[in-house]
Amino acid sequence: MEATVTADMLEREKAFNDRIARGEVIEPKDWMPERYRKQLIRMMSQHAHSEIVGMLPEGNWITRAPSLSRKASLLAKVQDEAGHGLYIYSATETLGVDRLELTQQFLDGNAKYSSIFNYPTLSWADIGAIGWLVDGAAIVNQTALAKCSYGPYSRAMLRICKEENFHHKQGYQILSIMMQGTAEQKEMAQDAVNRFWWPSLMMFGPSDANSPNSEELMRWKVKLHSNDDLRQRFIDRTVPQGEAIGLTFPDDKLKYSETTRSYEWGQINWDEFKAVVSGNGPCNKQRMQARKTAEENGQWVRAAAEAYAAKHYN
Amino acid sequence: MSTDTKLITWEVFTQKKQGAAHEHAGSVKATDPKMALLNARDVYGRRNEAINMWVVPAFAITASTPEDVGPFFDPANDKLYRNPNFYKLSNTYKPVAD
Repeated sequence: MEATVTADMLEREKAFNDRIARGEVIEPKDWMPERYRKQLIRMMSQHAHSEIVGMLPEGNWITRAPSLSRKASLLAKVQDEAGHGLYIYSATETLGVDRLELTQQFLDGNAKYSSIFNYPTLSWADIGAIGWLVDGAAIVNQTALAKCSYGPYSRAMLRICKEENFHHKQGYQILSIMMQGTAEQKEMAQDAVNRFWWPSLMMFGPSDANSPNSEELMRWKVKLHSNDDLRQRFIDRTVPQGEAIGLTFPDDKLKYSETTRSYEWGQINWDEFKAVVSGNGPCNKQRMQARKTAEENGQWVRAAAEAYAAKHYN
Repeated sequence: MSTDTKLITWEVFTQKKQGAAHEHAGSVKATDPKMALLNARDVYGRRNEAINMWVVPAFAITASTPEDVGPFFDPANDKLYRNPNFYKLSNTYKPVAD
């Protein structure tokens, strides 16, 4: 059936666009165009799934952390990622979609999550690289999203950004200490950065020219900066930090330009990006399987909780 | 995956310090009040953000709607005499307390 656009709808949409233009914050019960709601659900649920999958590569090193204090920090960080997933799922639900439905979409393989989590964590230094680079990229992204037009998403981002700063610092500290260590430890740190640098730059998404959703999302102030702008901001902040502890970056075009006061850099391998996004990264299957197993193994816990509630609270 | 799970949404309110009002922090899913409180602690209180928490089943909350904003709150708008600024006095008037 073809949808009829009524004068009333056009008027509402205009009023909505005016609110956005005035910089007003949209709350769950406010009228919003269906497309705004859909785009937010898509974006926010992908974000929530990413937080949940993001626990897997790091969880891999909890049992092998080099000291008790490192283990405690990593455990706290992984627990934070679970919490971030929950904040964003709960914010997404304010748009009228159920968390179970979103989880189901994910388990059926019909939802995306950040491609970075499909790379393996091969050494302890990878935990440093993830905290410093992956969480660093996430902070740049999320700081921008904290000013987005949808209230519940923006509030979730504010809370997350505060917590991510600990993640970023613990990652950088791991690499800093390794870079003061033996030749072998330095090599491990450098190898981790070599492997995670480009995938971290891919986290900002396709280049502006190839980002189909960007224009609309920017018009609605869901996104306030383009993918390329945020990527550049991340590079400019991160490269000097790496150089300060003796790390190099796997990009022979990387060079500081005095004129732009910014770094020039090489080319992202977009073929690799597309392959990983469409399911063919090094760990896609493993991540999906881990998530499904967790869901199945949690089944009895949910059943027990329901039985308990039925017995005591009905 | 069980789509039949009877997890319901609980709104979480946290009190940051003694004497402060409880503020909305977010929501959690749980099957019973005790689980809701434990989940709320883990999700919204990992960094001493709260000294006290309330959890309320979301369905128990009745809210005004954004469309109401004009008519519903009208009684406040047309009674300016409820505000001290309504009363114009000579400058011999001083508040009794600062």
